[in-house]
Formats: sequence, C-alpha cells, structure tokens
Amino acid sequence: MQLLMVTTTVLYLLSTVGYFLYLFLQREYLHRAGTALLLTGLVLHSAGLLMETIAVGHLPVKNLSETLSLVGWALAGVFLLVQSKFRIKVLGIYAAPLAALVMVFASQLPRETAADASLFASAWFVLHILSVFIGEAALALAGGVGLLYLIQERAIKTKKRGFFFRRLPSLDLLDTAGYACLVIGFTLLTVGLATGFVYAKAIWGRFWSWDPKEVWSGITWLLYAVLLHERLTVGWRGRRAAIMAIVGVGVLLFTFFGVNFLFKGHHVRFTQW
Amino acid sequence: MTEILLIGMNHKTAPVALRECIALTGGVQAEALKSLARRPEVSEVMVISTCNRVEVLLVTDESDRAADAVRQFLAAESRAPDADLAAALYELRGGEAVRHVFRVASSLDSMMLGEPQVLGQIKEAYRLATRQKSTGVVLNRLLHRSFFVAKRVRSETGIGDHAVSISYAAIELGRKIFGSLEGKKVLLIGAGEMAELAVEHLIRNRVGQVQVANRTFERGLALAERLRGRALRFEEVSEALGEADIIISSTGASEFVVTRDHVRSVMRRRKNRPLFFIDIAVPRDIDPEINRLTNAYVYDIDDLKEIIEENIEDRQREAIRGERIVDEAVIRFRQWQESLDVVPTIVALRRKLEGIVNEELNRTLGGLDSRSEAERAAFEKMTHALVNKMLHDPTVFLKGDGCHGDRSVYLDVTRKLFKLDE
Repeated sequence: MQLLMVTTTVLYLLSTVGYFLYLFLQREYLHRAGTALLLTGLVLHSAGLLMETIAVGHLPVKNLSETLSLVGWALAGVFLLVQSKFRIKVLGIYAAPLAALVMVFASQLPRETAADASLFASAWFVLHILSVFIGEAALALAGGVGLLYLIQERAIKTKKRGFFFRRLPSLDLLDTAGYACLVIGFTLLTVGLATGFVYAKAIWGRFWSWDPKEVWSGITWLLYAVLLHERLTVGWRGRRAAIMAIVGVGVLLFTFFGVNFLFKGHHVRFTQW
Repeated sequence: MTEILLIGMNHKTAPVALRECIALTGGVQAEALKSLARRPEVSEVMVISTCNRVEVLLVTDESDRAADAVRQFLAAESRAPDADLAAALYELRGGEAVRHVFRVASSLDSMMLGEPQVLGQIKEAYRLATRQKSTGVVLNRLLHRSFFVAKRVRSETGIGDHAVSISYAAIELGRKIFGSLEGKKVLLIGAGEMAELAVEHLIRNRVGQVQVANRTFERGLALAERLRGRALRFEEVSEALGEADIIISSTGASEFVVTRDHVRSVMRRRKNRPLFFIDIAVPRDIDPEINRLTNAYVYDIDDLKEIIEENIEDRQREAIRGERIVDEAVIRFRQWQESLDVVPTIVALRRKLEGIVNEELNRTLGGLDSRSEAERAAFEKMTHALVNKMLHDPTVFLKGDGCHGDRSVYLDVTRKLFKLDE
C-alpha cells in the first residue's frame, strides 16, 4: 500500500516535470508523456484507495494524510477530464504539481487514525466526501484556468506578447473551460453539502450545527453561487470571473485547512495530525 | 566534367525596374527553355521566374561556354542595358548552385522570409521543364531534393509561423481572443483599401455577418455588396456595436468615431462578450481608452506593425535553423553527385559482384569434402575471371563514348539496377 502511494507520488512528480518541459520546449511528445505519467499515477492511486477502502471497510479519510491523498486523487482525475475536453495544454503546469505537492505532504504526515470509524459506514458519507472532494478539485482547477486567463488577457491588453502569449490558448477557450469547471465544481459542492446535511441529521440529529467548517463551506458555496448568478444574468465573464475564481480557491483553501487549524468542530478530527 | 550552374538575379541584386525587363513568364518561359535546351553545351535546363527573381539553372559539361551562352541569351531577352544586366547577374557553380536552389525553395532567399508562394512557383517552373523534357537525372534529383528540403524547413522550423502582414496579424490576435473566428460578426467602419483586405481575410476565416458603415451610404453599399454584407448608415454604428464582435475602422475622420462611453454603454447589453477593435486609420478612429475596459481590446496600426516586426525577427532566428537543414542537404546531394562519377560506380559494381561471388564460392567449397589448396586457388581464379569478363563491356560502355551525351543517366540506371546506393 505504502509502495503504491510512493509510486503514485513519484509519477505525479515526473508528470510535473514533463508538463514543465513541455511549457518551455513545446514538444508534443513531452505533453503526451506528462499526461501518460499522470494517468498511470491516477490508476495506481485509484487502485491504492480502493484497496484501502476494502481493507478498512470505509473510505480512507481518517486523518489529514488520507484526506490529502484523496484531494490529490480528485485533482489528478478532474484535471485529466478537463484536459481531454478542452485541450488547454499548459494547464498541466498548474494541476500536476498541485497534485504532486498534495501527495508529498500526505506522505510526510503521520497516519494514525484520529476519527471514530463508526462514523464512516454510510452511503451518505461516501457521497458527501466524494462529491465535496471532486467538486473542490474542479473549483481549484477553475482557479488555475482563471490564472491563465489573467496572464493571457494581460498579454493581449498590454500588447506585450511574451512567453505565455504563444503558449496559451484563446481567451474564449480559457473562459469557457473555467466556466465549465465552475459549473461542475459548484454542482458537486451543492450535492456534497446537501448529502452532508442529510448525514448530519442521521447521526447528530440536526442538519446544521454551526460547525466552523459548515459555516465556511456555506460561505464558499455562496461565493460561487453569486459568481454563477452574475455570469448568467449580466455576463460576468472574462477578467472579473477569473479573479473571482481565484479568490474562490483562496476561500476554499481556508475552508479546507484554515478552519481545521484555527477553529474547532466536528470536522477537525478527519484532518488531524 | 558535369557541373550544375545557376545564373540569375533576384531582388537583392537587381531593382524591380531591371527585373521586370526580363520577366520570363508564360509562353516566353517555354520558348526560353526550348532555345536554351537546344544548345549543345547544355544537357539539362530549367528557368525560374518569379516577381523577385529570374534564374537559369542548368547542367553542363562545359561550364564556361554554357555560362556565356546564358548571359548572351538573357541579354537578348532583356530590354535593359547590357552593363546593368551584367552587374545584376550572379553566377553560382556546383555546391553553391545547389545550396542556392535549396535556399530559394525553402524561402530562405525570399524578400519576405518564409513566404510560402515561392515553392509553388518553383514546382510550376519544374513542371514546365519536365513537360519540355529539358531536365534529366541531375535536375530531377536536385528539384525533388529541394521540395523535400523546403518541406523540412517549413515543418521543423518556425520560419512560416506568425503573421507578417497587417491582416494576418489582426487575424492571429482575433484567434487569441475568440478562439475560432467562425460566425463572429464583423463591422467595417469606413471603406479604406487596407480595411477591405483585412475583411476579406476574415471572410476567408469564415466569419459570420459583415456589416459596412460608411459616411457616404452609397459607397458603403457598393462595398457591402462586394463583401456580400449589409450596409449601415453611419449613425447606426453605436447601435451596431451591440452585435458586432470584430470592428475594423479606417475612416478619414479627425476625431474618434467610437468613444469609450459608446462601448461602455453597450457592454452590458452584450453581456460582456468580448469586442475586438482593429483601428487602421490615421488619425485614429477608436479611442485607445477603450482598451482599458474589460473584454474590449483595441489594436491600432502601430501595434499591429510592431507585432509584424517582432514576427519578422522571429523568422530570422528560425531561418538560421533552416540554413542548417539546407547545409545538411547540400552535403547529401554532393555525395550523391559524386557517386554518379564513372569510377565510383564501377568500383561499387565490382565490389557488389565480387561479394556475391565470394559468398557463393565459400558456400560451395565448404560443402565439398575433399579440397586442396591448389583446388581452392583454381576456383578463386576462375570466379575472379568471371567477374572481370562480365564487367568488361559495361565498364567500357560507362567509361567510353557509348553514352551519348548524358552519361549520368546510364550511371544512375546502373546504380539503380544493381542497387548500389544501399
């Protein structure tokens, strides 16, 4: 198991190298290599998670190490999907290192179980975890795409077409891809929150308990809801949407890490270290 | 000694006034080929004539006489004073001529580095020469290699990348904003020639509806008809901004035709869909402040020119890599040409036959039980004699006068028949 995870991490790191080499050298085979390495890593990663799940009888999210590993898995998976759909070739320099970094952190953290395993034995729980994690990975990618959008927009606006201008796709594609990530991410986040409520009701007898994580997740959700609403009604697209997507990632990171370290609550145990 | 010879002039050595005195195009080119090919000292010939160059490429056994003949011929064809013509002509022989042909085909010698038309023109000239049967083994090989080199240079270097004209630069930018230009709506303000050209390029990129707004409605109407678009009255411009995606402006107005407030007011109605302004008017038509609004992009004529200059610099950098590919091809071609000499061909032929004979001899002798040194020597002597006798006539033929005129044809056939090039 440990070996599988180490291999996965190494593959993600190699994939990062491939994508960066592609960025500089612009050779097609480097891009393909980056993608192939990431995909292989993802397959091994999935196998590892599946084996762990079968071995302990529930999703492996007992501590920060395991949750981070799941984050890396979701990032790699969602990125590969987005890439196959939108062909933003340089997005790999954002997603692959992110997944690799998360995995490196995960491998450095202690692996003792902190949370009570009885909490995990529910289909609602599985749905809650998977949709929140995959949704957040999609939102993280939306932030990355937003970053690329800002870089490309700046190049066109200032008329200084530098290193990135040639390597980045059109503003339209970046905007569309960012929007797609946002829609997927927001939908899954909504599903995740809803199943979370149901699950909370089932074990604690109430939907909402002002747990800091719940509050911040609510704030995150509201932020993205506003962004989507503005886009649909007045056409918040381009620069403003990109900036909001990046801000969203900040809030997301805070919700994921900051809340656990700064506040207490019933989510803390899952990310204890 | 057979040699490749090239005599001609191009945009670097001759001004256009001189080049146009001697344009060998159409029927003239065919006639020129015929009369050149008839000369006894010329064994193969073709004529390349584009607006930037006139070149005669030939294969000859007597370079000096052939060169004189070509110079005389060009002087007779041209209406320019002989002294001017003589000063403009360059003469390249052997490897230098080969390199020149490769460079011309790869567009490394073009006025606009990397322009793709020259290859087509050379192909056309070559087709004409083959139809006249004025080319032979050497030129056929040279031209096919040059097409190959040109393709390599184009695909392996960025020499043809990135726009070097205003219209293309605008389209390249448009693609970076909109992705595909397909279906994008174009608004043309004013009716300048350059603007019209840009719109034509856009139409070739399958943009959607084209609208033309001109101060004199009638002129706008005529232009709209030419572009198969719709004419607008000049007052309708601000209204049309709500719909258009790409705006090309080239009026003679002294003030801004589209102001920041115009655009700001339509942006909401457009739901912030991007607007791309291409301002090719001097003085400018489009308020440069518009570029500060989100989702609006303004490029004026200077911006576009700057892009073009940068791209030309890029092409020059890429050209250096192209030269390397050419160098490589020149060396390969020389090797091939050297192999076409009589001696190496005969040596190669002998080596091949001896190889076969020795192999079979060893096999046969190995299978025999009893054999003495004397027997072995006798066998070897016999086979050696066989090879010598078999090669005698072909050797005499290739060395002697048996090949009428073009020896290289027979050398080439020999090499192909016996697969000597592998």
